[in-house]
Amino acid sequence: MQVTFKVQRYDPEVEAPKPYWSEYQVEVNEFTTILDSLIQVREDTDGSLALRCSCRSAICGSCAMRINGHAGLACKTRVITIASEGDTITIEPAGVMPVIKDLVVDMTPFWDKVKAVDPWLQPQGPEPEGEYLAPNEDMLHLAGVMDCIMCGACVSDCTVLEVDPNFLGPAALAKAYRFVADPRDAEDKARLGMLSDYTGIWDCTRCYECVQVCPKGVAPMDRIMALRDRAMHIGFDKTTGARHTDAFAELVGHSGWLDELKLPIKTVGMLNLPAMLNFAPVGLRALRRGKMPPILHKMLPNVENVRRIFRRIEPED
Amino acid sequence: MAKYAFFPGCVSRGGCPELYPAAKLICERLGIELEELAGASCTGAGVLQEKNQFLGDVLNARTFAMAEGLGLPILTICSTCQGVMSQANKRLKDDPEYLAKVNSHLAEEGLEYKGTAVPKHLLWIIIEDVGLEKLSSYVTAPLEHLRVAPFYGCYIMRPTDALGFDENPQRQTSLETVITALGGQVVDFPGKSRCCGFPILTINERNSVAMVAKHTTEALDLGADAMVTPCPLCHLNLDGYQPKAMSQTQRNINLPILHLPQLIGLAMGISPRDLGLQRHIISPSDVLGIVGAATP
Repeated sequence: MQVTFKVQRYDPEVEAPKPYWSEYQVEVNEFTTILDSLIQVREDTDGSLALRCSCRSAICGSCAMRINGHAGLACKTRVITIASEGDTITIEPAGVMPVIKDLVVDMTPFWDKVKAVDPWLQPQGPEPEGEYLAPNEDMLHLAGVMDCIMCGACVSDCTVLEVDPNFLGPAALAKAYRFVADPRDAEDKARLGMLSDYTGIWDCTRCYECVQVCPKGVAPMDRIMALRDRAMHIGFDKTTGARHTDAFAELVGHSGWLDELKLPIKTVGMLNLPAMLNFAPVGLRALRRGKMPPILHKMLPNVENVRRIFRRIEPED
Repeated sequence: MAKYAFFPGCVSRGGCPELYPAAKLICERLGIELEELAGASCTGAGVLQEKNQFLGDVLNARTFAMAEGLGLPILTICSTCQGVMSQANKRLKDDPEYLAKVNSHLAEEGLEYKGTAVPKHLLWIIIEDVGLEKLSSYVTAPLEHLRVAPFYGCYIMRPTDALGFDENPQRQTSLETVITALGGQVVDFPGKSRCCGFPILTINERNSVAMVAKHTTEALDLGADAMVTPCPLCHLNLDGYQPKAMSQTQRNINLPILHLPQLIGLAMGISPRDLGLQRHIISPSDVLGIVGAATP
């Protein structure tokens, strides 16, 4: 069958470069991947099309790009799974990172962030004669996160990086988790302290984009949530993010449902004057319109049942 | 008349008090009978889950057991509740041992979740259960000249394996389908399935507001008169924090954000006041002008 590839192009060498689109007709069969098609275009139709690829088997992580608006590996996506005869497939370079040419992006910011989380084992004590050993069962839970091939698909589609380039991002944070959760690593506390700061774990919006687009099932956002839990347990529980989570749990554990009026106040702290003043205009606007949670927050009719569940499962609260 | 166990969620009775009555009104018109799960707790909204996912699953299993007791599918009006429930339900149904462990915490209340609950957002129910033909037959004031940008909310879009997208591919474009069935024009834009920024509002307000600014200006630049969302949490941010987005970008955005039931209600000729449109931070008066309804 034949499909149209609409590819976003960018040539840095022309005067006043800007992105533009090229369209190519490609003949595909049931096995043809997006990468096969793009290589075919480059070999047969348009030798100027730039793309990056190597293994063609979803191992090297070179060919991440946006396919119909979402990041994925071109080599792992078969055309027939996303298009029928006559359809148009839109191909764009990976998001967030600067484009060098056509589908090739500059991954320097990606690597800088991975490096920023000290992605190596930092054990304590005397160096063993052989390897640093750990029982199999202690490492099994890390198998998923170690599948990361650093393709940058998660970074491409991260909603936070889209508005804040300083965020460490899903790939680097998943890598950080890999070492925090490694039983041989002795720097948990220092790592989690650094990760609790601005640009770290609490800046994630929990949007699931990274979980959805990761071609290897790494689930970076789930790792970020696990890091939040570990950070709170190890004592970094005074950050705004940690206070927000604690306040949320406390409020639901008390009345059975969320008291939205109390949540922001408990999160920032009643005595945090600048934060309280920051809420004032929003609150006043809402009050004027009647877009406000009830002042008197009612208990759930059978709240004791919910409270008991909280007491049993989260006894420290 | 189809009947559902109604799970309104916290925000439709809290920060978006206009949503609850609007949803009940259009359900009544569409012949959807609701029995409210008054004793059901918050789903945890993904926040509780970052502290203790098991606790969240117990609370959701409790709600599911209540619906099972009534023998009714669950109707939600919040993308976040939908996603959190769908994920919890998947974990509970996939693993009988886990389900048994969860049930041990419900026994004292006399509840047991058997794994048969079906939590469904009103948006899906309208397409899959009510049917578009029936919906169209209730449209008395088609939104002919209204250009509407859809905005889904993350949890009703991802992760797709928990949301049944393989079996129900129409869910991926459900908002566009409903806008069209109401006679409106869809303004498609890349931000429609992105994050509204609400979850980090108190943690990183600058980023959160930047997301509001990005989505609203993008839709506005593509010609949207309004944005519609099935998620009250998105509404809180996109509507409530749009004034801050305007200061941040120095742009006059003023894009009205409508809850899904409000958009449907307008097309059914329900009065804007009954739909609670006077409660929005961004005035929807331009929208009401376009659809020929009086400003409340």
